[in-house]
Amino acid sequence: MSEEQKRRRKTEQGSETEAEAPVKTERRNSDQVDKLITEIDEVLEENAEEFVRSYVQKGGQ
Amino acid sequence: MAVPKVMGIETEYGIISRGVEEHNPIFASSLLINSYVSPRLKRVRWDYEEETPLRDARGAFQRAGLDFLDDDGGLVSVILENGARYYVDHAHPEYSTPECSNARDLVIHDKAGERILAGSLATAARSLPSGVQILLYKNNSDGKGNSYGCHENYLMSRATPFSNIVSQLTPFLVTRQVYTGAGKVGSEGSGADKQVQYQLSQRADFFEVEVGLETTFKRPLINTRDEPHADPEKYRRLHVILGDANMSEISTFLKTGTTALVLSMIEDNFITSDLRIAGPVSAFQTISRDPTCKSRVLLSDGRTVTAVDLQWEYLDWAKKYLADQDVDGVTAEVVGRWEETLGALETDPMSLARQLDWVAKYRMIEAYQERKGLEWGDPKLSLIDLQYHDIRIDRGVYYKLVESGQMDTLVSEQEIADAVSEPPHDTRAYFRGKALSRFASQITAASWDAVIFDTGADALQKVPMMEPLKGTKATVGRLMESARDAADLVEQIRA
Repeated sequence: MSEEQKRRRKTEQGSETEAEAPVKTERRNSDQVDKLITEIDEVLEENAEEFVRSYVQKGGQ
Repeated sequence: MAVPKVMGIETEYGIISRGVEEHNPIFASSLLINSYVSPRLKRVRWDYEEETPLRDARGAFQRAGLDFLDDDGGLVSVILENGARYYVDHAHPEYSTPECSNARDLVIHDKAGERILAGSLATAARSLPSGVQILLYKNNSDGKGNSYGCHENYLMSRATPFSNIVSQLTPFLVTRQVYTGAGKVGSEGSGADKQVQYQLSQRADFFEVEVGLETTFKRPLINTRDEPHADPEKYRRLHVILGDANMSEISTFLKTGTTALVLSMIEDNFITSDLRIAGPVSAFQTISRDPTCKSRVLLSDGRTVTAVDLQWEYLDWAKKYLADQDVDGVTAEVVGRWEETLGALETDPMSLARQLDWVAKYRMIEAYQERKGLEWGDPKLSLIDLQYHDIRIDRGVYYKLVESGQMDTLVSEQEIADAVSEPPHDTRAYFRGKALSRFASQITAASWDAVIFDTGADALQKVPMMEPLKGTKATVGRLMESARDAADLVEQIRA
């Protein structure tokens, strides 16, 4: 079996495992992402446009 | 036989002051270092005597770019007890890790550098007027065409022809960004393209030539600086300048671990196939601008391949190379993770969101965009890009991902905390760091390859360290603990 085929086989097995409980996983991921987005909003500067514009660096190496 | 791959990373951090009329980056960078470093370490000078940043590995001593280099003579530069150098360079605070013998130690010391910079922010904040704040970002671009570097250094044999390094390393460096990229919203510089929403690499927009000496303009894929900081007859120090500064420990681990392995193969003349890319500079950009990782680039032999294809070829060579060697645990982990990563990149790059910077950032930005209904080009997305690199654990988006269990790490927080003050035990950084922590008051200057003591004798006593793997805990550990003072130490070393 070539390296290429071995890799393919491994990948196919991988996707089967992931497919076991898609609905449950999706919901959990979605809750996690919502929570994270709330946290990210807390650390972002309020005026995004002004802050991004003011972030200017002298070039370096 | 390839020389051991002693290596280090030097990172220029992005810096900005808030609440001041005019941000002076040199002043702010100096303030950070001065407020963090204790007076006993500050009085030890960095010894520039051995520095020759204009020496060219291709042989000529090039004069071009003289005005852009060596301008940091008068700026703050200190050596820390962990053997690192912390200094102001090109209007940025810069941290050079101590020399490490393997990729895992380098991850620990790269992260220790982040903690030291974050600690500096906290101590400097106490002396700043209210409303004034300094912020730091471990990234490589301001999004407006200005870039600052994260350079890797690898010890190599002087005997390896530089032309072999150029031909065999370039294809590897151009394609490794599929796992080393830190991710960037948009594009910038002379090749800026509004169609580019997101790209893998922070740095790819800034490279213009294949080989050269410069680091601040006309940046080359392969840098020819020939400044070994070690025995110049035996060694060179390969200065890799095209990499991104990584937040992800796994990206740093893969970046340095795979590069070290490829360099060993080049030294041992092991790679016999021609993997050269026709037009590597444009390929670097093409690959960066395709988050699907499916773009094909033309090789000199007429084949067209993806970046991942070319990485498989290097991995296959590496596996053959290691087949009849005793493989240490770190190298085995590098190879294992390299293979898993390439497999995942081939099927679904987004499945690497827990491991790689560019994927984690991309996924986060897409999710944010979707929830808030934002278009690409919205400044909020650029702000998330920037905030990903904030090194404060309670503010950085990368650290939010780690904290919420959505990003894998490789080393423990305790190992990182230890490395803030403890040098690696198995390189000359051990001698430098321990000499500093015990005898700082009797050291006048130090550099990568020497420590200069003032023992009270008429002349200053220079202890050269031209061998990066000498001066380790195994050989001088007992002496470093038992020496009564610097005079005793120097005397016993010379005995």
